[in-house]
Parts: sequence; C-alpha cells; structure tokens
Amino acid sequence: MAEFALPKHSKIVKGIDYPLQSESENPKKVNVYRWSPDDDENPRIDSYTIDLDDCGPMVLDALIKIKQEVDSSLTFRRSCREGICGSCSMNIDGTNTLACLKSIEDIKGDINIYPLPHMDVVKDLVPDLTKAYAQLTSVKPWLQSDSRPEEGKSRKQSPEQREKIDGLWECVLCFSCTTSCPSYWWNGDKYLGPAVLLQAYRWIADSRDENTEERLNDLEDTFKLYRCHTIMNCTKTCPKGLNPAKAIGEIKKLQLERK
Amino acid sequence: MSEYEIIDHEHDVVVVGAGGAGLRATLGMVSGGLKTACITKVFPTRSHTVAAQGGIGAALNNMGENDSWQFHMYDTVKGSDWLGDQDAIEYMCKEAIPSVTELENFGVPFSRTEEGEVYQRPFGGHTLDYGKKMARRACAAADRTGHAILHTLYQQCLKHKAEFFVEYIALDLLMDDNGKCVGVLALCMDDGKIHRFRGHQTVLATGGYGRVYFSCTSAHTCTGDGNAMVLRAGLPLQDMEFVQFHPTGVYGAGVLITEGSRGEGGYLTNSEGERFMERYAPTAKDLASRDVVSRSMTIEINEGRGVGPNKDHIFMHLEHIDPATLHMRLPGISETAKIFCGVDVTKEPIPVLPTVHYNMGGIPTNYNGEVVTRKGNDQNAVVSGLMAIGEAACVSVHGANRLGTNSLLDIVVFGRAAAQRALKIVEKGASHAPLSKHVTDKILARLDKMRYAKGDVSVGEIRNSMQNAMQKHAAVFRSNSSMNEGVKKVDKIANSLDGVGIKDRSLIFNTDLVEALELENLMQQAIVTIKSADQRKESRGAHSHEDYPDRDDKDWMKHTIMWLNEKNKTKIDYRDVHLNTLTNEVASIPPAARVY
Repeated sequence: MAEFALPKHSKIVKGIDYPLQSESENPKKVNVYRWSPDDDENPRIDSYTIDLDDCGPMVLDALIKIKQEVDSSLTFRRSCREGICGSCSMNIDGTNTLACLKSIEDIKGDINIYPLPHMDVVKDLVPDLTKAYAQLTSVKPWLQSDSRPEEGKSRKQSPEQREKIDGLWECVLCFSCTTSCPSYWWNGDKYLGPAVLLQAYRWIADSRDENTEERLNDLEDTFKLYRCHTIMNCTKTCPKGLNPAKAIGEIKKLQLERK
Repeated sequence: MSEYEIIDHEHDVVVVGAGGAGLRATLGMVSGGLKTACITKVFPTRSHTVAAQGGIGAALNNMGENDSWQFHMYDTVKGSDWLGDQDAIEYMCKEAIPSVTELENFGVPFSRTEEGEVYQRPFGGHTLDYGKKMARRACAAADRTGHAILHTLYQQCLKHKAEFFVEYIALDLLMDDNGKCVGVLALCMDDGKIHRFRGHQTVLATGGYGRVYFSCTSAHTCTGDGNAMVLRAGLPLQDMEFVQFHPTGVYGAGVLITEGSRGEGGYLTNSEGERFMERYAPTAKDLASRDVVSRSMTIEINEGRGVGPNKDHIFMHLEHIDPATLHMRLPGISETAKIFCGVDVTKEPIPVLPTVHYNMGGIPTNYNGEVVTRKGNDQNAVVSGLMAIGEAACVSVHGANRLGTNSLLDIVVFGRAAAQRALKIVEKGASHAPLSKHVTDKILARLDKMRYAKGDVSVGEIRNSMQNAMQKHAAVFRSNSSMNEGVKKVDKIANSLDGVGIKDRSLIFNTDLVEALELENLMQQAIVTIKSADQRKESRGAHSHEDYPDRDDKDWMKHTIMWLNEKNKTKIDYRDVHLNTLTNEVASIPPAARVY
C-alpha cells in the first residue's frame, strides 16, 4: 500500500521568539528557518526582532547582526557581501536571491528567510549543493579545442565574437535559478537545471571552443535539456540579472537547426 | 579531550586555499602528475579572487605602445617604495607575459581589442619609459577580471580531475620534531570529522587578513588563516605593517570600486569641485599609486575639503564618460554603485573613501614560493616542506605598496612557480614518515578549547573591538602616540579572547566555532601588524608616519620579520631587501624619490 504520510521532519513548527532588547522606532521582525541534524527535532521558525536604525541596509546585514548580537548559532554561508561570490543564496520574501544584494527596505512586513527550496538542508540556511556541483562538472565546463594557439600567443577573438558570451560567463553559481525551477524540483536527479545549462551554453557560444557538436550531443536528452518547459522562474529570480531561460532556448534552437 | 574521528590522507602535495593562487598551483601540480589535495574553506569559485575587478598586469603590448616587462618592473619597484625584492619583481614581470597568455589559452573571457587581442587598460602607477606617460597594461575582462580568472582556473582543475576538499577549515600545520612541515590538520565542516593531510610540500594559499579592520573591501572569509598557522608553527611573518588602503571603497558599505574606473577616465573631486590629484601627482594625477591617492584624499578630508554633510568622504566621477563605454567596460561597478549607494554612475558621482584592501606583508618566501626564515646570519633559510603563495605570501614583490593589477599577477605567476618547484623537488609517491601523536594532539587541544569555550563575551563583540582598534591606530596616517596606544589596546583585546564563549556545540557546519577560530587567527595577525608598524620609524609606501615623514633608506630599507609566541609576545628581526636582479637582462633600479 502506498503511504501518504509526509516524510519525517516535514512539518515546520513555531520556534523561539527573540524580542527586541531595547526601544526602537524602527523595529523589524526577521523569521528564519532553523534545522539541525544533531537532534531529532522538526524544523522551526525562529523570530528575531531587530532595530533597523542600527543595522546595515541588506538582508545579509540583518543576518550578521542577529548572529553577532542575538544568536551565534544561526548558520548561513556568506563571504564577499557584494554579490560576486554567490555564497549567500537563500529564499527571502518568497524569492531566491543573494542576501547581500537584497535590500531590507524592499520588503514589506516581516522578513521571511528559508534555505534554497528543494535541496537537502545541511543546517539552517545552508543547503547541500553537492549534486548541483556534480551536474556542473558533467557538462565539462572548460575550453575544449584541438587546435593549439600559436606557441606563446593568445587565441584571437573579435569584440563581436566575445560579445556573444556576455551575460553567460558572469554567473556566480549561486543556484538561485536552479532551485526556483519546478521542473528541477521534480527531476533534479536527471534534469541539469538552468544554472548548469547556462554554463553549457557559455562554452557553446564561445568562438574559441571547438567541441560544439559533442556538447550538443551530450545535451540531446529528454531529461538533461528538455525538462525545461520555459517556465522562466530562472530568469525572473536571477540576482545578477542574467537570462538562463534564453540560454536554454538557444541550445534548443541549435538542436533543431542541426537536425 | 574529546575523541575525534581522524581520517588520514596521503598526498605528494597539499594546497591550502582555492583562490587564484591555490588553484593555479593545484592545476600545475595535478597536470604535472603530482597527487595533490586542495583544501578550501569555501567552494573554490567563492574565494575572494572572484572579487578582483580591474585587470591583471602584463606587458603584452597589445595596445601598440612599445611596452616592455622592464618598464613594468621599474613601475613595480618604484611602487613598492624600494622595499620590494628586485629579483622576485624581475621574475614576476617577465613571467607575466607567458602566464597571462596561458590564462587566455585556458579560456579566460578577456575583453578584446578591435584586432582580436586581449584588451588592456591604464592603471595606477603603470607607466611607459620609466614614468613618462601612463601605460595600458592591465589585461581586463570588463570589470570582473578576478571572476573570469578564478572560474577559468577552477574549470581547468575540473578538467584535470583535481582532488578538492571543500568546506574544510585548516586548523594548523603539522610540524615534525625537526621543524619540517609534513602536512596540515583540517576540520570538515560538513560532518565535524578531523582530516590529517600528509604532503611532502604544504602550500599555503590562504589569502589576506583584511578582516582585522572594521572597514575593508575584503570578504568576511579573509581572515589570513595561513598566516596565523605560520605564527603558531614558530615562524615569522614579514612586513606586516604595510596594509594597503584602496582609494575608492564605497563610503559606508566599504565595497570596492575598481581603480580601472579611473583607468577608463574617472576622476576624484573635493568639496570645492577641484580635481585635487593634479596638485599631488602632476603627471599621473588620479592614476598615481594607491598609497599616494589614499593619502591625498585623507589630507583633503582632514583639511576640511571632504564632501557630504559631515565632509568625510570624496566624490569619484564617471558621469562624463560615454554610457556605452561604462556599459561595456565597467558594468560591474555601475551595478555596485546602484545597489550599495543608489547612484546612477551616468548621472552622479560615487561617494568614496580609502578602505583597507590588501596586505603587502605575509609569509616570507623566495621567488620559488618556498617559505624562508632567518636563522642567525642566514637570512634566506628555506623551511623544509612549506610553501606560501598569493596574498598570504610576502615574496616580496609588492614591498611597501602594491600596484593595482599586480595582485592577480602575483597569484598566477607564483602559483605557477610553486607548481614548477614542487614538480622539481617532490618525489612522486614517496612514503610519509610516521608522525608523533603529540603533534596532532596539541592542535586538537586548541580546537577543543575553543569548541567548549564557555566565557561570557561573544566572538562578535571581541571582533568588533579588535577591528575598531586597528581601524583607529593602524590607519592611513600613523604616529608614535597613536600606535603606542594601539599596541596596548590590541594586547588587552587579545587577552579578552580567554573569556570568549560560543553557543553552538554541534560538529555539523558549526560557523560559530569557525568564526571563533578565525577570530583567534585575526587577533594574532593584529598584534603582529600593530607592533610591526609601531617599530618602523620612517614613512615608506603604505606606512605613513607623522613623526617620521621621510623614507630612511639608511636605517630602514629592510624587511621586518616578527614572531609571536604562545603568550602573544613578539620577537623582531630583519631581512635585507634584495636590490640585486635575477639576471643580467636588466640593471638594478637604484632608490630614488617617488614622484608621480
């Protein structure tokens, strides 16, 4: 008989309320998903009320303030705090984004923060990205070329050829797009997802790469590529303003053209 | 002591850190057939190299200006205020050309000239004909050159199936009873297990320690863990008093606006709308060396000509530049200015302030990347089994002040050099000698102490005190009285670390514990930095001493080296600056007054 109960630990419960320590004219409540594998507890939402007059402008500033002043056990990844390292991707106010680029001012009401959706959680806001990284490796994301440049010389590339990879190479691998994709939620084991397909297209579009055919052959697969149903969540959510949906569209177009 | 599960690994080489230097070294070692482990506390593409913007310096001469590595070398020596070692500088500037070409061949998406060559832009302190006019030498991928290089190096490492250990924090070097480094002990953040990595060479590529300051362009993870491990191994750090302030950090947020924006025509103004750099540096103007520009800005502010309601910052203008050029050449900082200060760079100036950016000092090495120390009269004694590269190292190619673009260059050239050296000296597959138990036990005892720390002061509180003290007492301008006070303060704050408490006792992704370990690392470097600064009685490069405003080559043209013992007591000595060049292809550049 099929079992229709939710898996263990699916239900999120109300957690600890941390009220403001002192008077504030500008309080804001931050609700954060907490879960640790150490105990057998369900995930919970802890609520921290902070004074925005004594906090930096971004959601990451709020998280750091909480970790520094209220609860040092709160766990999240962060590094550059300027949107280039891709560490602090999480779901904020219903959208996947980088906490360091998300302005608190843009959020009406409480700030609700969850880990990236549909990934295994290591702890609190830290998702397990092992699978996504393995998928990245699977598309051989490096320059493939049999012809060698002249000894001691650069390969030539015109500004027009170079322009074709703009909007592709700048990806910071935060996987906000991939984890916003319903198709990836269902078939994340076989569908490569928008971030990885963007990387695949980055090399297809690079005039210096000579392995386009083989790259397209590898991607010609019901699951790897064609689980993209042009839902466009990826493009809508990308904190860097890139357009993975377009890159996937270009790959599909190339597949059609060579048939 | 707690029982930890220890997992042993044996490799030919162990690289700690996966920024540009660590990845370039790993790539060279793996492709040369050495069994290499690359340990990193963040996923490789999240290392701080990713944030480098403007370019990588190499006299490729793509802009038709008759550039040469000799000019590059002259600029670097002058930029270093004659504290740089000229043999290493010659090596770097010469090897720049093949190293950067190699990067293009690896697939770095450099911007291009109409002829299809790698695009090069002007940068601070880079000139032609020994200072006569500005050179276009910075090879750029828009204003995201670090991202382009770091991702490409990671891709190449994937291609060569390099073995990575991601989100492992290195705890300490394994030093055998003869003072030889035989590997490193690390904590796997994912499951809290201890991993003992044995290598015939251990390469520290752990970056800088910008986070000892309150306001810095550095990432939260820039805590100089390798530098601190070297101190705890009983080895000295070199030239730690030289901390670079980048002229254009965003006022308030501290995030970086590349010098390349001035390379593309941007300029600074004070409250009177004056382009004041013309007064301080008549030839190079806004493209003088960073120490010069940061000092000039600070003087303008101190003399009441800062902008804003509190007259405490400076404006940088880009609005006169064609929006199409901004879009093509400076898209990243246009976005940064919008997000972090609400400025549309095509219409208004960016509020900026000199902000801590780079550590010229670090682990002393020779140009092969081998760590050196002073043993009696031997100033260049190689420490067996240990290498250091990148910002963690002090080769010294940057001396008292680094030129922009020479940092990306440093990591690539010396990452490559370390790999070449390891391939020469490490016997592939050689066995590892047994290691006494006490070596590992001592490190675990330190970990345990922090893990169960029950004091009542938080990591955040102590870190704040340290950062504020350093910001105040080891700033752009320094004086005897300020630094004396700073030394006392930092010592006291360091003692308060005994009262630290952490809340998270878990072994799974315990960032509370990791931040405490990082704080201890930062603290040890803060002590060495402020004490190194306090003893240098002259002004040179980034070290501007109000009581000794001139450079004193007679007494102070020497590298400071400083040790720190377990009781936080320091010991000081010096090493000579290498004024000799590496080959006779170029003559030594004699010290001269620095005018831009």
